[in-house]
Amino acid sequence: MAKKTRKRWIEVTFVTKEGDRKTIRVPVGMSMLEAAHENDIELEGACEGSLACSTCHVIVKDEKFYRMLKEPSDEENDMLDLAFGLTETSRLGCQVIAKPELNGMELALPAATRNFAVDGHVPKPH
Amino acid sequence: MPLHVCVVGSGPAGFYVAKKLLKRFDFARVDILERLPAPFGLVRSGVAPDHPETKVVINQFSRTAEDERCRFFGNVCLGTDVSLEELRKIYHVVVLAYGAESDHRLGIPGEDLEGVFSARQFVWWYNGHPDGKDLPINLNNVETAVVLGQGNVALDVARILLRSPSELSSTDIAEHAVKALRTSRIRKVYVVGRRGPVQAACTAKELREILGLKGVEIVINEADLQTTDCDLEELQSSRIHKRVFDLFCKSATFTKCAGRDKQLQFVFFRAPVSLLAAEDGIHVRGVHLQKTRLEGNNPRKLVGTGEFEELDCGLVLKSIGYKSLPVPDLPFDHKKGVVPNYFGRVRSSDATNETERGLYVAGWLKRGPTGIIGTNEVCAQEVVTSIEEDVNRAVVSNLKEVPGSVGLESILSEKNKRYITFEGWERLNETEMEKGAVKGKPREKIVGIDEALAIGLAKEKE
Repeated sequence: MAKKTRKRWIEVTFVTKEGDRKTIRVPVGMSMLEAAHENDIELEGACEGSLACSTCHVIVKDEKFYRMLKEPSDEENDMLDLAFGLTETSRLGCQVIAKPELNGMELALPAATRNFAVDGHVPKPH
Repeated sequence: MPLHVCVVGSGPAGFYVAKKLLKRFDFARVDILERLPAPFGLVRSGVAPDHPETKVVINQFSRTAEDERCRFFGNVCLGTDVSLEELRKIYHVVVLAYGAESDHRLGIPGEDLEGVFSARQFVWWYNGHPDGKDLPINLNNVETAVVLGQGNVALDVARILLRSPSELSSTDIAEHAVKALRTSRIRKVYVVGRRGPVQAACTAKELREILGLKGVEIVINEADLQTTDCDLEELQSSRIHKRVFDLFCKSATFTKCAGRDKQLQFVFFRAPVSLLAAEDGIHVRGVHLQKTRLEGNNPRKLVGTGEFEELDCGLVLKSIGYKSLPVPDLPFDHKKGVVPNYFGRVRSSDATNETERGLYVAGWLKRGPTGIIGTNEVCAQEVVTSIEEDVNRAVVSNLKEVPGSVGLESILSEKNKRYITFEGWERLNETEMEKGAVKGKPREKIVGIDEALAIGLAKEKE
């Protein structure tokens, strides 16, 4: 009888600011930030995963996957407050950890608009 | 042919621009100028000592500096050592990213009394900025401090005054500061805002941290937490303000607890009218405030009510905003305190759309003193896109030969001006870390310019 093996990795597609798509394999247990860096995807990680910045902000394209993620902690929400281009399905890439149910997830990197200085959404506090 | 670029300022704005330029153009050669011996701007001298995770971005900036196409010139000051005009002659592109090293003034009587400082001066003092070490601050005979402003810098300074010195002594705080804080008699800090908790400019992480500070009782007047319909509209449209307001509401339900020997009081709807002198006429002894009210809708106006009160104190820290400084030959908007620009391209004046060829701004000098470290990443992208467009359209002539680094070295050597290389900084960095390790600190900052230069300029071993 064939033994059922648990998948040790999942497929995640990153959609860059320019609209380019890149599908990578992410080992279960690895964060999306780490996975992006291992695959030369340009996801900024200024504080290197210590919940002290919002530069690894990603947008989960499908709400179905967003709802499968563990709720953000207060600390993550504090950083999301300051993320550029925040949406209803935004998360910090360093806090999204690969698990089997997330296979096929698509993550978009927020597009920096040219008008960022005038569109009213400038994070004021520092 | 190389694209020779000079970035003035080595904080987040300067480093993100350098990083993105090097990525965009294989043929870019980027020189980063910094007037201090040490790089990294506000990451080193602004971020509070008890926020070490926020400084991790230095690792990334160091990797940019170590790129063979990038050169760091520490101890080189725009204006004194090299003029803007000279830089524009020897580089194809000049990006000014030197931030905001001055302060907005209140413009009220008593502002120049002893014991009154800008928050920036106090931050420079505890962070070991070379220009901040001689701050004439005395914490030994002061029991109460008033901080004017309720942004994150206001919370930083209040927190450093109230946090136990033993907690601070294992951070990279300057030695002279932790020494002074150990004998500080300050037990009460007021953080005063002209408007209400709905409008407070601080963010959730910093507020959450200070509300939970060990040994400190939080005092908030519950009446200040009442909201009007206008307030509710503002809260609905801003996630940041809603979460901050919720935190203020939660903290007001804390009852007085034993074992808290210090107090932090948030005072709302009070505008400073004057700073009061003690009998000696020299030192500050209190703040005279007018009660305020928000009126109208879209836009809401802040008005005085004609009622006044006083807060007694021996130290006033003004945290009402930074301001940039102009340099000769640089168009400047004195009202806004920024360089007029079009997506980072410097405009010849704020009345025209004409731009200065090859001259750009980034960071606070471009946007005003707002935002966080990460804001500069987006800002830098905008500036580098402008530079790219100009290079592609040959607006910035990359066919014309300019000397770049070689030209700068020649100007500096004529003046006998020695500069610190990135290797020199790494030596200074190692020394600071070694000195810190002995005391259980991540580093002991070398605050004296002469000592820093002696280490940074020492000849490399052959």
